[in-house]
Amino acid sequence: MHPGARSTSESTPPVIRTEAPMIRPQNPPVEAPAIGMRVARLSAWYGKHQAIRDVTLDIPERNVTAIIGPSGCGKSTLVRCLNRMHEVVRGARAEGEVIIGGLNIYDPAVDPVALRREVGMVFQRANPFPTMTIFENVVAGLRLTGRHNGRELREVAERSLQRAALWEEVKDKLNTPGTDLSGGQQQRLCIARALAVNPNVLLMDEPASALDPVATLRIEELIRALRDEIMIVIVTHNMQQAARVSDQTAFMLAGEERVGELIEVGPTTQIFTNPRDKRTEDYITGRFG
Amino acid sequence: MSAPTVTGSMSSLTLGRRRHLTDLVMRGLCGVAALGAAAVLLLLLGHVVIQGAPALSLQLLTSLPTPLGVEGGGIAHAVVGSAIMVGLGCLWGIPLGIAAGMFLSEYAGARTGSFVRFTADVLSGVPSIVIGIFAYTIVVAPLSGFSGLAGAFALGLITLPIVARTTEEVMRLVPPELREASLALGVPRWRTILAVVLPTASTGVLTGAILALARVAGETAPLIFTALGNNFFSLDPNRPMASITLTIFQYAIWPYEYLHRQAWAASFLLVLFILIVNVSVRLAARNSGVR
Repeated sequence: MHPGARSTSESTPPVIRTEAPMIRPQNPPVEAPAIGMRVARLSAWYGKHQAIRDVTLDIPERNVTAIIGPSGCGKSTLVRCLNRMHEVVRGARAEGEVIIGGLNIYDPAVDPVALRREVGMVFQRANPFPTMTIFENVVAGLRLTGRHNGRELREVAERSLQRAALWEEVKDKLNTPGTDLSGGQQQRLCIARALAVNPNVLLMDEPASALDPVATLRIEELIRALRDEIMIVIVTHNMQQAARVSDQTAFMLAGEERVGELIEVGPTTQIFTNPRDKRTEDYITGRFG
Repeated sequence: MSAPTVTGSMSSLTLGRRRHLTDLVMRGLCGVAALGAAAVLLLLLGHVVIQGAPALSLQLLTSLPTPLGVEGGGIAHAVVGSAIMVGLGCLWGIPLGIAAGMFLSEYAGARTGSFVRFTADVLSGVPSIVIGIFAYTIVVAPLSGFSGLAGAFALGLITLPIVARTTEEVMRLVPPELREASLALGVPRWRTILAVVLPTASTGVLTGAILALARVAGETAPLIFTALGNNFFSLDPNRPMASITLTIFQYAIWPYEYLHRQAWAASFLLVLFILIVNVSVRLAARNSGVR
């Protein structure tokens, strides 16, 4: 069973909104939000090339944080460091601290395999497993880590597909190949697959950049719906998207040595209306990037 | 040079005619060469079919050799021997080859990878008679002598590098995003390789394995020093064993017409088997769309 299972957004599929506001009205903060994740002086390298330098950033609980910046600024590298997927690349390494729930994930005692069950990830290109059906894709993370209880798997599959707003579309064809779905549906299938292992954090690396506008909006609706259940860190090079879905925005930029640095982080409204740094302002007003 | 004029372009037209002629001749020569290559294959196949097909019968496949010089009999002992040795050879060569291919594609670093790859390529280039002598030296001589097991060892040694290299190639074709998707779910690396990468590449791996099987089914040289051949029916892999290829070789040099006919029939059987395996593997691969 899932002790941590949170109430889901029920089965009503999100309505596609034709006009999305540039900036989402913010609820006035009632109390200071608890810190869910703290990134401290994080640097990462690919071989000899340093990709990011000294990134320090707090991410509150129940929050969507967007990371924006021009191509090559290290935003993908940063999120890949948050579940230690960065080190899967040969020759890649990271230094610094990422503290989740009081635990530094770069502590030598931490098992990166177990960590990735707590910090899930969705990639730029939808990547369902081509040999598996829709159902098998959703429960792959459970099955491949040794959980085979049929009833549990069916329950998790239904709940995860509902949370990913895909259940209504696929409930009658769970045994067809996952790769038969449309691009947008495949990406939601991948989100369902990531949610099925019940992570506390979901990292999304440009999850909608390969999708058409309608499919993109569905993904954004989904992110907003998940916001109350899970911490989300989303990388995007689409500023409107960052403005639409996030509570907090971090702006990154690569300097002369192509080393990415965090320029500014703050509430999304403030970053987009009143940035403190000149470079942030130049970027969001479209003067470069 | 001067600007092109109308007459200038006319003169290039005549030059073009000569080029056109050269083109025709060269094209013709290439066509003849291609036809020649195809003709050799067709002649060979046709000859085997004409000589072998009439002699092939159920009786030939199910009966054993008669005493030398007595007409009749069959090659059941060779069919069974080939099946056992090819089967046993593939039983160790193919799994080991798949494992080696998996290592090359998923785990090997640049230096170990190129070393193992080079060794595999050299091994698949070694003449099969040398494989036979090698198997003789390390299996037949120190142990109990000629045996089906020694033959299976030599055949497996031939499948190993073929399967390793095809497995590596097809596993490399699996997009890295699929490995990342699995790792990001908290699935350990070994499990990712076995449950995600290998199944995605399975059609290609299977194709490579079956083609390796068809290849060793037609080998003679590695069996001369190992299985030796046997004129009697034997299911015991610890004893010398007959094979279709060895039987063809033996019967062809005996001065008996009926044995020559049986050798042709055995040749036809072998070619038929390899042809059917190749064609069906290619059809199956096409239908499932090899990745």
